[in-house]
Amino acid sequence: MSDAAHAHDDHGHHAHPTGIMRWLTTTNHKDIGSLYLFFALFMLFVAGSMALLIRAELFQPGLQLVHPDFFNQLTTMHGLIMIFGVIMPAFSGFANWQVPLMLGAPDMAFPRMNNWAFWLLPVAGFFLLVSFWLPGGAVAGGWTMYPPLFIQGGISYDLTILAVHIMGLSSIMGSINIITTILNMRAPGLTLMKMPLFVWTWLITAYLLIATMPVLAGAVTMLLTDRNFGTHFFNAAGGGDPVMFQHIFWFFAHPEVYILILPAFGIVSQVIPTFARKPLFGYASMVYATASIAVLSFIVWAHHMFTVGMPVTAQLFFMFSTMLIAVPTGVKVFNWVATMWKGSMTFETPMLFAIAFVCLFTIGGFSGLVLAIAPVDIQLHDTYYVVAHFHYVLVSGALFAIFAGLYYWLPKWTGHMYNETLGKWHFWLSVIGMNIVFFPMHFLGLAGMPRRIPDYALQFTEFNQIATVGAFIFGFSQLILLTVVLKAIKGGEKATTQVWEGAEGLEWTVPSPAPYHTFETAPVVK
Amino acid sequence: MKSMWKQAGVVGAAILAASQSALAEYGYNLQVPASKVAQDVFQLHNFIMLVCLGIFVVVFGAMFYSLLKHRKSVGHKAANFHENTTVELVWTVIPFIVLMGMAYPAAKVVIDMKDTSNPDMTIKITGYQWKWGYDYLNDDVSFYSTLSTPREQITGAAAKGEHYLLEVDEPMVVPIGKRVRLLITANDVLHAWWVPALGAKQDAIPGFIRDIWFKADKIGTFRGQCVELCGKDHGFMPIVVEVVSEEDYKAWVAKKKGGAQVAAADNTKTFDTAELISRGEKVYQANCAACHQANGMGLPGAFPAISGSAIATGPIDAHINIILNGKPGTAMAAFASQLSDADIAAVVTYQRNAWDNKMGDAAQPAAIASARGGAAEAAAPAAQ
Repeated sequence: MSDAAHAHDDHGHHAHPTGIMRWLTTTNHKDIGSLYLFFALFMLFVAGSMALLIRAELFQPGLQLVHPDFFNQLTTMHGLIMIFGVIMPAFSGFANWQVPLMLGAPDMAFPRMNNWAFWLLPVAGFFLLVSFWLPGGAVAGGWTMYPPLFIQGGISYDLTILAVHIMGLSSIMGSINIITTILNMRAPGLTLMKMPLFVWTWLITAYLLIATMPVLAGAVTMLLTDRNFGTHFFNAAGGGDPVMFQHIFWFFAHPEVYILILPAFGIVSQVIPTFARKPLFGYASMVYATASIAVLSFIVWAHHMFTVGMPVTAQLFFMFSTMLIAVPTGVKVFNWVATMWKGSMTFETPMLFAIAFVCLFTIGGFSGLVLAIAPVDIQLHDTYYVVAHFHYVLVSGALFAIFAGLYYWLPKWTGHMYNETLGKWHFWLSVIGMNIVFFPMHFLGLAGMPRRIPDYALQFTEFNQIATVGAFIFGFSQLILLTVVLKAIKGGEKATTQVWEGAEGLEWTVPSPAPYHTFETAPVVK
Repeated sequence: MKSMWKQAGVVGAAILAASQSALAEYGYNLQVPASKVAQDVFQLHNFIMLVCLGIFVVVFGAMFYSLLKHRKSVGHKAANFHENTTVELVWTVIPFIVLMGMAYPAAKVVIDMKDTSNPDMTIKITGYQWKWGYDYLNDDVSFYSTLSTPREQITGAAAKGEHYLLEVDEPMVVPIGKRVRLLITANDVLHAWWVPALGAKQDAIPGFIRDIWFKADKIGTFRGQCVELCGKDHGFMPIVVEVVSEEDYKAWVAKKKGGAQVAAADNTKTFDTAELISRGEKVYQANCAACHQANGMGLPGAFPAISGSAIATGPIDAHINIILNGKPGTAMAAFASQLSDADIAAVVTYQRNAWDNKMGDAAQPAAIASARGGAAEAAAPAAQ
């Protein structure tokens, strides 16, 4: 892990601590970016293994491998870790590496806080994972933590609340850092409307995080006091309301959905113009679309709750506002396609993942539109249709964009081209495996299979078997990704400064690998 | 071989699924509707899917055309156009109009679903960990409905039946063609009551009552499941609704009332210990074994053992008390309103004499009735 990083040290101006102390004390945005990315990669395999265990249990009806309570622990922890331990840290890793490089800034605005924001994460991750070995096991109430079920659990539930607090703290600090960097440290001449789209999407994401993380913190604090200090925020017997938790939670968690996808939009908007050798079709409208999605994300939360029984006016309001999100999202998809149109495309691995993103994310968008229609949602809520929907937007959406970005910037980070053949194998196995897992889940949901069940009725057997086969293809093909990354760190064909023929932007003006310190003198952007 | 063909058909069928209602029976679409609301939702879903499919074909037709023709390897040179206000306005306004076309029929269905007025009959449904309770408010019939799939089928010790996990001991019975209003609540945690073919789904929220309605237009048996995670046995609390003719419904009500009288008579009887133990074992299997396990050993860390426990081998009053009133803040429910005096007496006696608990004593229904005295008021849920 540290070989390549040591190579960067030669470029440093100061004496650095070595070994573990170097990583514990580092304030360098590139080091911290790598730490975030390695953390995310490790957690991807941890939470991915849980998914494979879930799919193995669901290969056939009956209870074979795990006890129902342990099954619920697996689904809960898979969700929590994939969201807070994989997708969010991976995007933070990209932000740390790329935002200063794209802005022509020497580092992040608050390097010490940057270090702190990262090192909180392994602590939170440890709390989450260690709870499997505590009495009663890990949390089993779903990643949504709905009371009163969440009130019933043991000590690991309190520990999870603590972990959520720590992760929220980390996200808020990271966001303050990103916003300050973007607003104050741009190279002379780099106006806001000239910023690369990846930077724009992260700026908006950071505002979403600052606005919503405290809301989540409030919700879980109320859970904590309900559990331990005799309050009744969510207990009807004491004058509280369990549904209030859902309102507060989704007021956080719907913007969170966009926190998980906006940086992905940013990455794809960098990759497609590069390999189409043509500028992004509508830069300004992409920025406005991102901002509109962010604003709308605050007024749609109750579409996650159509079955709690809202008044008809509320049902209609949340249905209409949710449908409205399709407009800016459509603008984005049309822009990507228009950028490819009449380009001069080549299909290196980053481009393949970006194209798969556009296509498959749109399938997730369509199933999202189906679910926005309240009467249809009432039929499909809490079924496998929803599982299919959010995996299309989070796996072939967020995760595929992360893969695209990884292949795209890996040569800049390591100084070596990755192995293109292995990259293509990784792409094709991932995209085929992913569709085999998640496409049949639409049918399972339509036919009536509830989510979060360890055992199912016989008519659901075939599609579950197909999904499980796909899951193992998808899961094991991620070992190729690991190989590609490790090989590129160790060596390989030297990358040029430009790396990609069509690449544009400040990050492609520094040598590959990017020196330990870059842009000590700010570049001038015309 | 058969399943191979089915698997091969998946991809092709996916494309057709949207438009072909006939495919419903093959499991590629929503279940065959048995009520008007379910029918409306079914058609709405098909319509939305068709529109989505159309958009998908146009947009990605263009993209894949571009991927084929506008590539460097076929010598295509990149154009340099970008920003075109007209194009950008068009692709903002047209989706908006399409969405309005979807919103209108959807809103009509929402308004219809939400109108629970003028019911012909009302049934109150309560979710428990892990069973459903039904109270027919007009006909004065009440019962609990639990999974009837034998444990051996779940563990794989026996072959699985046709309705594996979708069968119950006491189905909910309703007459055809009647507007049935459901008042849905829960006793402990969130549950959700769902019968897909009837298009009726509602979260069951402890302390609150929410209502929905349906009118079944087909005679038959319709199956559903709890769809809100409610703990360990979330996957094992199915719902079965039998839609019958008006006459059959009346006969069913009469039969249920007769059964209730027999059960009530038990509450004043005195049983011998052997009778109580054999009855108690059945009550235990239906109500306690999910957590405390058939062998009384519980699940360490999650659910305590009863075999050798201080409560089951201590004073009998404390034992009766915890079964009547539960243990707040844990999954241990209050069974005062769920079980009859005779059933509680039986299960207490069983627990005190089974496994390692050789207490040799017994509880009689009369003892439960007197224990209920003050306890019943304390145990009554606040919302009722």
